[in-house]
This record gives sequence, structure tokens and C-alpha cells, in this order.
Amino acid sequence: MSETRTTVLLDPTGERSPAIRERVVRLDTLEGKTIGLLDISKPRGDVFLDTVEVRLRDCGAEVLRFRKPTFTKPAPIDLRREIATRCDAVVEALAD
Amino acid sequence: MTDPVRPRLPDGIVAVVKRDCPTCALVAPVLAELDGRMKLTVFSQDDPGFPDGLDAVDDTSLCVSWHHGVEAVPTLLRVEGGVEVGRALGWHRGDWEQLTGVSGLGEGLPDWRPGCGSLSVDPDRAADLAVRFGGSMLHSRRVELAPLEDEFEAMFQRGWSDGLPLVPPTEKRVMAMLAGTSRRPDEVVAVVPPDLVPCTVEKVAVNAVAAGCLPEYLPVVLAAVEAACTEEFNIHGLLATTMPTSPVIIVNGPVRRAIGMNSGMNVFGQGNRANSSIGRALQLVVRNVGGGRPGEVDRATFGNPGKLSFCFAEDEEGSPWQPLSVDLGAKPGVDTVTLFPGEGPRSIVDQLSREPESLARSFAVNLRTLHHPKLLLAFDCLLAVGPEHARVFAEAGWDKARLVARLHERLQVPGREFIRGAGGIAEGLPENLADATLPKFKPDGILVVHCGGSAGLFSTMIGGWVGGAGGSQPVLREIGT
Repeated sequence: MSETRTTVLLDPTGERSPAIRERVVRLDTLEGKTIGLLDISKPRGDVFLDTVEVRLRDCGAEVLRFRKPTFTKPAPIDLRREIATRCDAVVEALAD
Repeated sequence: MTDPVRPRLPDGIVAVVKRDCPTCALVAPVLAELDGRMKLTVFSQDDPGFPDGLDAVDDTSLCVSWHHGVEAVPTLLRVEGGVEVGRALGWHRGDWEQLTGVSGLGEGLPDWRPGCGSLSVDPDRAADLAVRFGGSMLHSRRVELAPLEDEFEAMFQRGWSDGLPLVPPTEKRVMAMLAGTSRRPDEVVAVVPPDLVPCTVEKVAVNAVAAGCLPEYLPVVLAAVEAACTEEFNIHGLLATTMPTSPVIIVNGPVRRAIGMNSGMNVFGQGNRANSSIGRALQLVVRNVGGGRPGEVDRATFGNPGKLSFCFAEDEEGSPWQPLSVDLGAKPGVDTVTLFPGEGPRSIVDQLSREPESLARSFAVNLRTLHHPKLLLAFDCLLAVGPEHARVFAEAGWDKARLVARLHERLQVPGREFIRGAGGIAEGLPENLADATLPKFKPDGILVVHCGGSAGLFSTMIGGWVGGAGGSQPVLREIGT
């Protein structure tokens, strides 16, 4: 099968949920939640995230800061797992 | 290319031919002879220029041939009012004369010549044709993967897998799977708990493909799904329980050999495609169609490895006893599945008993321990007697009923052993039963099946889930076509 040909599968489920994956449920409040801020290691991303952190704390959220080793690659699996286990939500910041 | 409409045949005589068929070439003069004497339409599968001078209709798409079930060429049809009223395969003078009403056809030709296979049933093309012309009969939602999406990872991500890779259920594979049954794809097989979703033959086929089944396994899977979703078997309760039990599928009848199931060495183990994939297909139907997933409705504390698949065949040929299916009411020689709500298999080792009484006692002390030696009348059991153990009983003239009766006798337990606190163990039955003697199993609570390798003085016991009408009862279903 060539790289560009689309594969079509038949859904094996009872088709009670959408074929497209649903978004994670949004937080209903920031109060008391732990929010991760992921710096992707681009210049001045920290400046943006510092401001976001202040705003989040004003809303009553706990904030944890994380940093990817490089913006050129996806976050390492250990980092993703740490964020997933410690945080209720994450903001991944752009920069430049 | 898709043509969901079955093309109507023209009235008169219809011939389906291909140039690459010596018999078609042989009968070309006969077709020319018929042309002009009656309304004749010739469909050519490989070359519209053949036969010469007959102005054949192009059926190189094989649309007409596929829809009208042409299996050989030449095929001669008689059509009236758009309906086929007669058919002849190959060249047979008598048949052709009868169909056309013309005598003396094909002077100088032999009386009979077999035809060739129709291109529409060519093994290299059949699956593609089934999708092209028959695919519209499939109702399952199409899930289009992104071009760069890995299809195996995509299936994991959508939650369709039991933890192992699945075979991608493409239209082509599902159409091929459906050829394994005579049942219509849209026929509802069962309403599958816990979501109570009506499950069609097609949905079972999709999951059977995913599980790795061959088409000839499909009737067994269908019977297993039917059995699982009965009130008696109660797959919902079995799924939701914290206990480690799950459907165990036992297959009886000639189908075992026909599809190559294992009933011998390593019978509960790995390595046989039919055993592994049939059990897996049932589990995938429960997971995907019924929505029964671990951590959701499936609340098992431990589960057991058989929840991936636990399916095997009885060794009927080597058994001194009648098969389990006959014990449960089936006629001998009928293909059946029996579903038992079982935990994982536990070994019974007895390498010294050569007398049936000794071996029966060995079985009994082991069976006493199922789930807990002090818990009685709560659970059924499936006792798988190995060939070397079965021989001990057979040589002494013990039939299965005698063995089961003796086991029940040996499994009468006095109250002082099973009440709460007895033996310094809090678990047990209420103290007011101290003077009673109770059996470990209900009268019909011991099922015996013969299987396993020919070497090894071992048997195996499989504990059940809550037996009886309030729990799950073994269910037998005949396997259809």
C-alpha cells in the first residue's frame, strides 16, 4: 500500500461514540487546580509563561513549570507522563 | 466503479463467455447459429470482440457476471420478464437444446464439454469484486485513517484493541469473512451487554477479522456470541463481577476438525489459530460492540489471561465417554459451542493412581479447593480429564456418570469443616449450618470434558462463577452455517 493511499476501516464498535476522538473535558474552574506550563525552549517563551503564571495564580491555581529539552522534537515521554500525572491541565507555550 | 444496482438481464437467451476459454471458442459457432433465430445477448468477460460478429456486450468489469452468480463460462441463461428461468453450464447439447428450444445444435461438436471458471470467481479477483459490487451491503461506519497514520497504532488509539495488535478490518477482509456464513450481514445475532447494542452478523465479522479469524471460523464465533448474550449465560454479570471469570468456549462436533482446532497437546495454550482467534473474537465483540471494557463495566479484581481468549475443542475421538455437548442435550455429531463462565485452568497432578477410586478421590480433594475449600454450592466447575487419567476410568469400566456421581459423594462436607471460624478461618458458611452436611457442587454443577495431550497423568479444573439462575449457567448452542 502506498504512503499516500488512505486506509478505510470498518468500525468494530457499537458506534455509540463519534469516530473522531473527543476533546478532554474542559476544567470548570481554575480554583485549586494544578496547571502545568510547558516551555518549549524557544526564546522568550519564559517571558510569556511568567505572565501566564501570575494570571493563573491570581485565579487560585497551582502552577508547575516544565521545559522541553528542545523545541524541535516532541516532549520526551517521561516529561509527558510527569505532566499528565501531576497536572489537571497544561498550557504549552509558543514563543518568538 | 461502484454499481450497487443489480443489472437487469435482457429477455431471451443470454450467454456469458470469455475468449480465453476453449469451450467458449468451441461453442462460438453455436451462438452464431442461435443469433437471428431468437433474441440472443452475449456478455464477454475478457474481450468484447469475442465471439466474432456477435456484437457481444462488454462485461470486462464483470458487473453482470458477478451480480448474476456466473461461476463458469460458457453459461447459458433463459430470461423471461427480467427473471432467470433456466441455466446451463459449459457445453451440453441436451441442456442447450432444452433451454433454447432448438434441436440439432452444434452439429459436429462433442455432446459435452466442461467450461472454464468465470473470471468473476477468479480467486485473485473475487475479494475486490465483492467489495466493488457488494460493499454497499456493509453498514458499518467507515473510519478513514489519515495518510500518515499507522493503521495498527490508529486501532489502539481508538480503543478497539484488547492490548494486542488487531488485523485491520478493511472492506475487503470483512467481505471475505462474510463468505464464511450463509447468514445475511444485516441479520441481528444478539443484543450485546452492557450497552445492549443489537449486533449484526456484519459487526461480528468485523471483530472476527480484527481478532485474526479465518472465514470458516465465523459460524463458531456467531454461535458463541449468541450463547454469551443469553439470559442464562448473563455475560453482563460475568463481565461486571470482581471475580476472575470470563467465557470459556468448548467446541464439539465435526467442525473442530474441519477448521483445525486443537483438542490435544497444549489444549489451553498458545499456537492454534482457531482456538486463539475464536475466543478473542467473542471478547472483542463484548468489548467493542457491547462496550464492556476493563475499568469500566468490567470490574475484575484480577481477571485472568483467558480474558484475551479461552476457547478449545474436546478430544472426542480419543475419549472413552460421550462428549460434553451430548451431556448437555445435543445430538451426537452436531456442531456446538458450550460457554462456561470460568476462571483460569488449575492443574491436578496424580501420577500414581491406577485405580479409579483413588483417582476420583484425588479429583475430589482438588475440586474441594475451588475458590475456597469452605465455600460450597456457590460455584460450578469444568473438569477437563486428560487422556491418561481418562484411561484409568475407562479400563475399569467407569463411565462419566459414575465418575461424576462418585465425585459428588466424595464432596459432601460436614458443617464443622465449613462454618465461619472453622479451622481458625473466618470465611465460611453461617454457623447455624454446623450440623448440616452440604455438597460442594449442585447436582448439575460438575461438567466433564476430555482433552489434552496423550502424555501426562494430569487433569485440569476450571472454577465457575456464581452458578444457577442468579448468576451464570453453562449454555450450549448449535453452530449454524
